Amino acid sequence: MSPTVAMILTLAVGTYAFRLVGPVLHGRIAIPPRVQELLSAGAIVLLVALLATGSLTEGDGFAGWARPAGVLVGAVLAWRRAPFVVVVLGAAAATAVLRAAGVG
Amino acid sequence: MRTAERTALVRDSALVWLASGVVGVSFGAIAVTGGLPVWVPVVMSLVVYAGSAQFSAVGVLLAGGGPFTAAVTGLLLNTRTAAYGLAVADILGRGRVSRLLGAHLVTDETVAFALAQPDPARRRAAFWISGLGLFAVWNTGVLLGALAGGALGDTGTYGLDAAFPAVLVALVLPTLRADAAVRRSALLGAALALAVTPAVPAGVPVLVALAGLVLHGGRRPA
Repeated sequence: MSPTVAMILTLAVGTYAFRLVGPVLHGRIAIPPRVQELLSAGAIVLLVALLATGSLTEGDGFAGWARPAGVLVGAVLAWRRAPFVVVVLGAAAATAVLRAAGVG
Repeated sequence: MRTAERTALVRDSALVWLASGVVGVSFGAIAVTGGLPVWVPVVMSLVVYAGSAQFSAVGVLLAGGGPFTAAVTGLLLNTRTAAYGLAVADILGRGRVSRLLGAHLVTDETVAFALAQPDPARRRAAFWISGLGLFAVWNTGVLLGALAGGALGDTGTYGLDAAFPAVLVALVLPTLRADAAVRRSALLGAALALAVTPAVPAGVPVLVALAGLVLHGGRRPA
């Protein structure tokens, strides 16, 4: 087996195992309501951290201004309850326009 | 569930599919133009099926970091799917096929989309509509990108790197607006994640964010 195949298989099996923990445990152990509540909150906390780091950083440095500015445009649109399509396309368009104008 | 509700779920999912499809195309193209054979990004997308981990693993490979480091980086990034799996276990229910298949479809976008729905029936429909559609579109995109190679150019020009965070903003905002305890936890978590990003390996910052749950408090959210 080539090292690349081994890498892909390790990553695939490990990832699937992580994903399977919740569905397999479900119904076998009784999860107290408080824990269930923390798990749901935890998923949102992870997603918010992901969107913050994904907006602002690239590798271990700053992503440049165009991307977070675009996400901010999307956030304002979402706050004003704009449709989902408008939020996402608005963010991408704002970033594209800023880049075309020479903002990093 | 009414047909109109299902149509609305498909319509909202479709945009996530579109954005992910384009990101998939760029993943396939980056891997192949970097010198990997076409089957590597294609097989990886089918069996790993986690965009950020795939980009990181291929990035490490192309940078000469070696397969071991590539696998560890990808796994570290994917530890968060364990938390997602626990959060959506309820939605997947008890059926064996539904659990085994559903687990593979757990991604940031699909979990966020499902949890954003107001009731259990809609959460379940949202999970499967988003999950199956995303799997199909992502893998098709990667295949097309791998075959097209570098003809696409820089996807950053189209601002697509802002689309994924914006998708997450749109999905988590209703919860953040309604639930003060989650809002406090998420803000602290995001601040912690940003603070440690320069110092720790990829994948660790979002795990550090879970420490934000200390602000969740002991009472039911308002």
